[in-house]
Amino acid sequence: MANKSKKVDLNRRRFLVTATSVTGAIGVTSLGVPFVSSMLPSEKAKAAGASVEVDVSNVKQGKVLTTEWRGQPVWILNRSDKMLKSLKTSPKKLADPNLEVSSQQPKYCQNKTRSIKPNMLVIVGICTHLGCSPSPRLLPKGDMGENWEGGFFCPCHGSKFDLAGRVFKGSPAPTNLVVPPHKYLNDNIIIIGEDSEEEA
Amino acid sequence: MKSIIILILLFLQSSHILASEEIYLEKAPIDLSDQPSLQKGARTFINYCLNCHSAKYMRYNKLLDIGLSKKDIKDNLLFTGKKIGDPMEISMPVSESKKWFGAAPPDLSVVARSRGSDWIYSYMKGFYRDRSREIGWNNLVYANSAMPHILWELQGEQGLDEKTGKLTLMKAGKLNQKEYDAVIADLTNYITFMSEPDKLKRKKMGFYAVGFLLLLLLLTIKLKKEFWRDVK
Amino acid sequence: MTKKNDTQNSTGFIGWIDERFPLSSFIKNHLTGYYAPKNFNFWYLFGALALFVFVMQILTGIFLTMHYKPDAEQAFASVEYIMRDVSFGWLIRYMHSTGSSLFFVVIYLHMFKSLMYGSYQKPRELLWIFGVAIFLALMAEAFFGYLLPWGQMSYWGAQVIVNLFATVPFIGPDLAEWVRGDYLISDATLNRFFAFHVIALPLALAGLIFTHLIALHEVGSNNPDGIEIKDYKDKKTGIPLDGIPFHPYYTVKDLVGLTVFLIVFASIIFFAPEMGGYFLEANNFVPADPLVTPSHIAPVWYFTPFYSILRAVPPILNSQFPGVAAMGLSVLIFAFVPWLDKSPVRSIRYKGILFKKWLGAFVISFIVLGYLGTVPSTIWGQFPSILPLLGGSDVATVVARIFTIIYFLFFFLMPVYSKKSITKPVPKRVTMK
Repeated sequence: MANKSKKVDLNRRRFLVTATSVTGAIGVTSLGVPFVSSMLPSEKAKAAGASVEVDVSNVKQGKVLTTEWRGQPVWILNRSDKMLKSLKTSPKKLADPNLEVSSQQPKYCQNKTRSIKPNMLVIVGICTHLGCSPSPRLLPKGDMGENWEGGFFCPCHGSKFDLAGRVFKGSPAPTNLVVPPHKYLNDNIIIIGEDSEEEA
Repeated sequence: MKSIIILILLFLQSSHILASEEIYLEKAPIDLSDQPSLQKGARTFINYCLNCHSAKYMRYNKLLDIGLSKKDIKDNLLFTGKKIGDPMEISMPVSESKKWFGAAPPDLSVVARSRGSDWIYSYMKGFYRDRSREIGWNNLVYANSAMPHILWELQGEQGLDEKTGKLTLMKAGKLNQKEYDAVIADLTNYITFMSEPDKLKRKKMGFYAVGFLLLLLLLTIKLKKEFWRDVK
Repeated sequence: MTKKNDTQNSTGFIGWIDERFPLSSFIKNHLTGYYAPKNFNFWYLFGALALFVFVMQILTGIFLTMHYKPDAEQAFASVEYIMRDVSFGWLIRYMHSTGSSLFFVVIYLHMFKSLMYGSYQKPRELLWIFGVAIFLALMAEAFFGYLLPWGQMSYWGAQVIVNLFATVPFIGPDLAEWVRGDYLISDATLNRFFAFHVIALPLALAGLIFTHLIALHEVGSNNPDGIEIKDYKDKKTGIPLDGIPFHPYYTVKDLVGLTVFLIVFASIIFFAPEMGGYFLEANNFVPADPLVTPSHIAPVWYFTPFYSILRAVPPILNSQFPGVAAMGLSVLIFAFVPWLDKSPVRSIRYKGILFKKWLGAFVISFIVLGYLGTVPSTIWGQFPSILPLLGGSDVATVVARIFTIIYFLFFFLMPVYSKKSITKPVPKRVTMK
């Protein structure tokens, strides 16, 4: 204990302080991981948000079926040829006609109709602006005015989308409506929330 | 100090006295890392127990942890209409089961933590014929249990020897005693797993955590010594 | 204190803050310029550890509250939900349940240190009383929290404790009903206990801990020699000669202790979270059932010494109240220790053998009562009926009565034996052992 006379080795001291602090920080950070991850969706939430099967055999041309996935409305629209034609008319009016914002649809729907089968549109009915649910205005004209060719209209802030869920320029909504991951189990049954790519 | 140690020893001894007064329980051969055993146990559980008992805190997809595949669970273990993320619930309403058994069969999710694995193991081996009871069965571990012997076809019928208090096999079942014991061991193993599915993960994490802390201890000791050279 | 107050010579960002908030002077007053005796031993670790456990309990508690449901229909299920469905929920829950037990371990050792080294004596009476108040609040906090898992032990434990209020003469039954908010422990009780557990008592505890620390830093720390380091100061600087700055010396020392504590903590959490049924009881994995009482109910281990005292006192005039009163007194009496101890010296090192024997007897009775509180009173059988007086009564009850008497005599006789006990001469300066 007669170390008093010994000179303090400042380098060693600094090294130990740093080493302990760094190790301690690693410890605190790894302890933080469980706490942060405990706020992620739980197994219960994941189970409730699992994929849903929908029978689409009864959806007639030009009609829409509303179903629910993860507590959100999902529309399944069987588009007629006339409706499909309307998609081609006015790319200039759209904000993202070529689907450059890739987060809004899975890769296999990054096509002209935004769907797997050209006529069948599967889309999440939540406006990309502030999360209201737009209402279908599938037929041309009507209360939407002379130039309306059919699509969706969000009553909250007036965003307009075409029949592939693509947003019109000048709408408050920044991006196209979301196409959820989905696949065909057979001709009549669509599974929403699962696609063939991520199947284990 | 000495007297404290003596006292502690005294207590340890007394707890043995307490234990000996209770019913003798056979030690269950639990091995949570034995996945084939857990899988067999899960099948037995779902085929036999899950008709009357629920395990409503246990989700089917937790069976992935014991080496079963999604397909296996979906094709062989899941009741129709259920999803893999669903909990192991049953359709029998409580009122109905009370009518049948006199008491609602308890949920078995955490029974291994309340009763203990040894109790379950001994209980499932402790059924014997008792004609005096309406259900026709009684149990050595849990007298006048409301549960009939579900696995009697496998085990056969045991009878109670009034004098020795021991059970003997009266009528043979489909399995011999060794095979039956193995079925119950697997079942108990599974029920134990189900009571805390993350137990193995927990222990594994424990080694990392304690190992890390030992390293930290080494550093803090060195740090303390370095600074305390100043003192005095 | 006598040191010149060079408060504001900091620059830069810290300087900017110091002009608006006393950051540097706070650090100086409570860490780098707080001089603690240099002879602290092992026992002086537990105060810091208690603070650490408190913070951990608050932190894990916040995250548990995100998933727990204070509803009689859902409480039990929500705990299992945390254990299984919430990512790492089991870890957070085990941290909280283990933390509550270790909180009491640490607090009991912290209190024992004060009893050993006379840390309650003048001028630290108020510091001690704040400490006793923290202990009381902690007991309440633990009791309210124990109901929340809504298992059988939660339910019947709360039932027994709340019924203690019913023994109060005249107003008892009404009082118990008021506490429960129902005719039995029910959803209403659970809901209010939740409110007490997650907000009322944590707030009270935080406030009390703050005052405890303020009082400590006002009077300065005691030490194993029980002498004032302020009596011998450097004439130039005014710094106590036997004092060292809390930071860095005691921060690095406490870090070692904290790490050892964390190793114990982690070992329990990861390898034995039930701790053989003492931290998490088997019966608490059965949902609460108002119609079925478990065959053996005992409080959690940290309450059992006091519970034993309750059971040991026989009913008088058909009233259980004397037992309840004795139990209350066994806790509250700690507050009077500063005035019961008449010894001229503080530390047990210089107090003489008589005091040591009494303190030893007290510790033993605390442990024996603690053990007896966890087991049925029939555990050691009965005395043979031929014995006069004792014949037929439970051995364990008689033992509990003897140790209850010793427990109280430790306090009641303290003015006598502490005065009588021959003390050794006290050194002027602290000794390093």
